[in-house]
Amino acid sequence: MSERHASSGAAEHGDHRPGFWRTYVFSTDHKTIAKQYLAVGAFWAVVGGLLAGAMRWQLAWPGSEVPGLGVITPDRYNVIVTMHGTIMVFFVAMPILLGAFGNFLIPLMIGARDMAFPRLNMASIWVLVLASIVLLVSFFVPGGAASAGWTGYPPLSGKPAFTGSNWGLNLWLIAQALEFAAFLMGGVNYLTTALTMRAPGMTLGRMPLAVWQQLAAALIFLLSVGPLVAGAVMLLLDRVAGTHFYVPEGGGDPLLWQHLFWFFGHPEVYVLLLPPVGLVLEILPVFARKPVFGYRWILWATAAVVALSMLVWAHHMFVSGMDPRLAMPFSVSTILISVPVAWIVFAMIATLWRGSISFETPMLFALGFIAMFIFGGLTGIFNGSAPVDIYLRGTYFVVAHFHYTLFSSVVFGAFAGIYYWFPKMFGRMLSERLGRIHFWLTVVFFNLTFFLLHNIGLAGMPRRTSDPRFFPMLEPHQWINELATVSSVLLLLAQIPFVVNVVRSLLVGKPAPANPWEAATLEWTIPSPPPHLNWGPALPVVHRGPYEYSVPGEARDWLPQGQVAAARS
Amino acid sequence: MFDWMAWLPKNASTYGGDVDAIFAIIYWGTLAWLVASLGVFGAFLVLYRRGRGRRAAYVTGDRFREMAWILVPCAVVLALDLWVDWRGAPAWAKVKGQMPPADLTIQVTGRQFYWDVLYPGPDGEFGTADDRRFSNEIHVPVGRTVRLLLRSEDVIHSFFAPNLRFKQDAVPGRLTGGWFEATTPGVYELPCAELCGVAHSIMNGRLHVHTPDDYEAWVRQQWPAATTARSESQG
Repeated sequence: MSERHASSGAAEHGDHRPGFWRTYVFSTDHKTIAKQYLAVGAFWAVVGGLLAGAMRWQLAWPGSEVPGLGVITPDRYNVIVTMHGTIMVFFVAMPILLGAFGNFLIPLMIGARDMAFPRLNMASIWVLVLASIVLLVSFFVPGGAASAGWTGYPPLSGKPAFTGSNWGLNLWLIAQALEFAAFLMGGVNYLTTALTMRAPGMTLGRMPLAVWQQLAAALIFLLSVGPLVAGAVMLLLDRVAGTHFYVPEGGGDPLLWQHLFWFFGHPEVYVLLLPPVGLVLEILPVFARKPVFGYRWILWATAAVVALSMLVWAHHMFVSGMDPRLAMPFSVSTILISVPVAWIVFAMIATLWRGSISFETPMLFALGFIAMFIFGGLTGIFNGSAPVDIYLRGTYFVVAHFHYTLFSSVVFGAFAGIYYWFPKMFGRMLSERLGRIHFWLTVVFFNLTFFLLHNIGLAGMPRRTSDPRFFPMLEPHQWINELATVSSVLLLLAQIPFVVNVVRSLLVGKPAPANPWEAATLEWTIPSPPPHLNWGPALPVVHRGPYEYSVPGEARDWLPQGQVAAARS
Repeated sequence: MFDWMAWLPKNASTYGGDVDAIFAIIYWGTLAWLVASLGVFGAFLVLYRRGRGRRAAYVTGDRFREMAWILVPCAVVLALDLWVDWRGAPAWAKVKGQMPPADLTIQVTGRQFYWDVLYPGPDGEFGTADDRRFSNEIHVPVGRTVRLLLRSEDVIHSFFAPNLRFKQDAVPGRLTGGWFEATTPGVYELPCAELCGVAHSIMNGRLHVHTPDDYEAWVRQQWPAATTARSESQG
C-alpha cells in the first residue's frame, strides 16, 4: 500500500503517504476520525430532527397524515418518541460534542501528533458505526423499533407483550451497549492523551478549557456508565433468557433499573453540557479579545460539577415509589449543583466585561448558548424542588426545560464550535452572511417551538402522549401545540442555510488562512487544514496560558501560546 | 403567557396551596435572576461592542478582588437554593410524609390502560362481598381525608391529579400510595403520567369531588342494601 519514496531527499517528514482506504476510511489520524464522528452525528441529526417533526405534526393535528410518513398510529408514535430521544442523546450529541470535537481538538490544542492510542481511536468510530447500523436495522424488524421511551423503564421494556416491540428493543439495547463501548475507548484515549502527550511547556495550568471540559466529560462518563451497562445486560437477559432482575413476580424490582439508569443518566447531562461549555469558553475570549475570567476557578467549578453530578440521580425518582425521605437530600444536592454551574456562566459573562466584542457567527452561537442556557438552567430549579416536582414530573414543562438546556448546549454549542473550527478542519472559510441568517432563524424558531411548552406543561399536558385530544383540560391550549409544530418545521428548515453554507464552502469557499480569528491556542499556528501528524519536524513549545489577549504593552492584541518572546511595541 | 402561576389548573386540595407557594417562590426568584443575568449580559454586549481603536481591558479574574464579582452572586444563588429547599421541605413532608388518619381508603390499580378503582364498601374492609369496582372513576366528598393505595399489575403507571397537585407512580410489586383532602367540588382529570404502552394517551380517569350531600346520595345509589348508619362509617 505505501510506496517507498523514489526520491531520496524527501525523508524529512518521515511519513509514508497512506492509500485511499487508510486515509479516508480506516484512518488512525485523529482529524479524520473527528470528521467521521461528525459525519455519523450529522446523519443521525437529520434522522432525529425529522422524527421530531413527525412527532410535533401528530401533536398539532392528531390523526392527520404526516407528509411522507402517513398517519402516525399510537404505537408508531411511541417508537418515534423513544428513538428521537435515544438518537439525539447517544448518536448526535455524543458523536459531535465528544467524538468530533474531542478528537479534533485534544491533540491539536495540547501539541500532540495524534491520540495516545490511534488504533483504539479507529476502533471506537467503527464500533459506533456498527452501533448505528444495529440501531438502523432495529427500525425494520417485525414489531418495529424500541417503544418504551428513551429511558426504557421495565416492566414496560421487559416483555415484548407490553409494547409490541420484540427484537427492535433488543437491538436498541445492543446498539446502546456498543455505543457505550465506543465512547469508553474514546474516553480512555482522551484522558491518556491529555495527561501524557502534552507538548513541552504545556503544563496542566496552560491547557485550554475546551480540553479540560472534554476530560471532565470523559471522566464523568467513565465513572457513571458501568452500572448502566450492567443494567442493560440484565434487561436484555430478562427479555431473552427469562431472568427476573426487574420482574417482581420473580423477586426482582423495576426500581433497580431506574437507579442504574439515572445513576448514569443524570451525569450524562453533564457529559453533554461540559464539552460545549469548553467550546464556548474558547470562542468568547477570541471575539471579546480578553482572557477568560478566572481560568483556575472555572476548573474548580468544573471539578465540583463532576463530583456533584454523581449525587443527584434520584431527583428523577421523587414520586417513583422510592422512600420519600430520600427526596429532600437529593433535592438539596440537585439544587446545589446550580452553584458551580452558575459560577461558570457568570465567568462567561464576566469575560465579556470591558472586552472588545465582535459578532461573527461563532460568537453569535456562543452568546446564544449563554442566553438559552441561563433560561434552561433556571427552569431546572422548579424541577429540582421536590414538592414542585410532584406536579411537574412527567409533564411538558420537563420537556421544555431539557430542550432549553440540551438544545442550547448541543445545538448552539456545536454550531458555535463548527463555525469556529470549520476553517481549521476543512481549510475553507464559511460565509458570514449565511451564518448570521442561520443563527437568527434558529434562535427565533427555537424559542417559538419550545417556550410555550412550559405553559402547556403547567396546564397539565403529560409527556409522551400521542394525542392531546384525550385531555379536555388541554382543549383551550391546543393552539400552543399548533404554534410549536409550525415553529419546529421552520426550525428544521432554518438549518438549510447551514447546509448550503457548508456545501458551497467546500466547493468554492475561500481558502482559510492558518489563523483567521487571530486566536492564541496552538491549533492556529499550523496550516488549515493541518498536515498529517500535525506539526512539522519539531513539536511546538508552549510559553504561556491559552488566553493572552490584549496584554498591555503588546503591539498585537493576542499572544500565541507558542510564541517565544513577546514582541514589544 | 409569562405569568406561569396562572397556567396551573385550579387548586382543589388542602395541600395544593403549599405546593403552589413553593412554585411562586421559585418563579419570582428565578425571574429576578433571569432579568438580572440577561440584563447584565445584554448590557455588556452593547457597552463593550468593538469600537474603532478601543482595546479590551486585560483582566484575568484571578485576583480575589475581581473574583468577588462572581463569588458574591454565587453566594446569593446558594442562599436562594437553600431557601427554596428550606421552604420546600415542609410542603414535601405534608404531601408525601406521614399520612393523616384516613376517613376513606380507596385502592387504585393501574392497568393497561385504565385506573381500576376499588372501594371497600360500607364495612370499610377490602376483600369482602360489598367491595365495589369502578373503571376510571373516583368519587370522594370534600373535606374528608382520602387515602389512596396504589398498585400496578403490568407496567409502571403514574397517578396524576393535576388539580390536587398530586402525583405518584404505581409500581408492580410495590405498594405505593398517598392521601389528599379535596376542597372544591367538581370533576377533575386523572391522566397517567408515565409512558405505559401503546394506548398510554387514552389513560385518563375522572375524579368526582362531591359536596357531602351529593356524596351521600352517590353512596346510597352504589350500596342500596347498606343502612344509612353504616354508610356513614365509611364516608
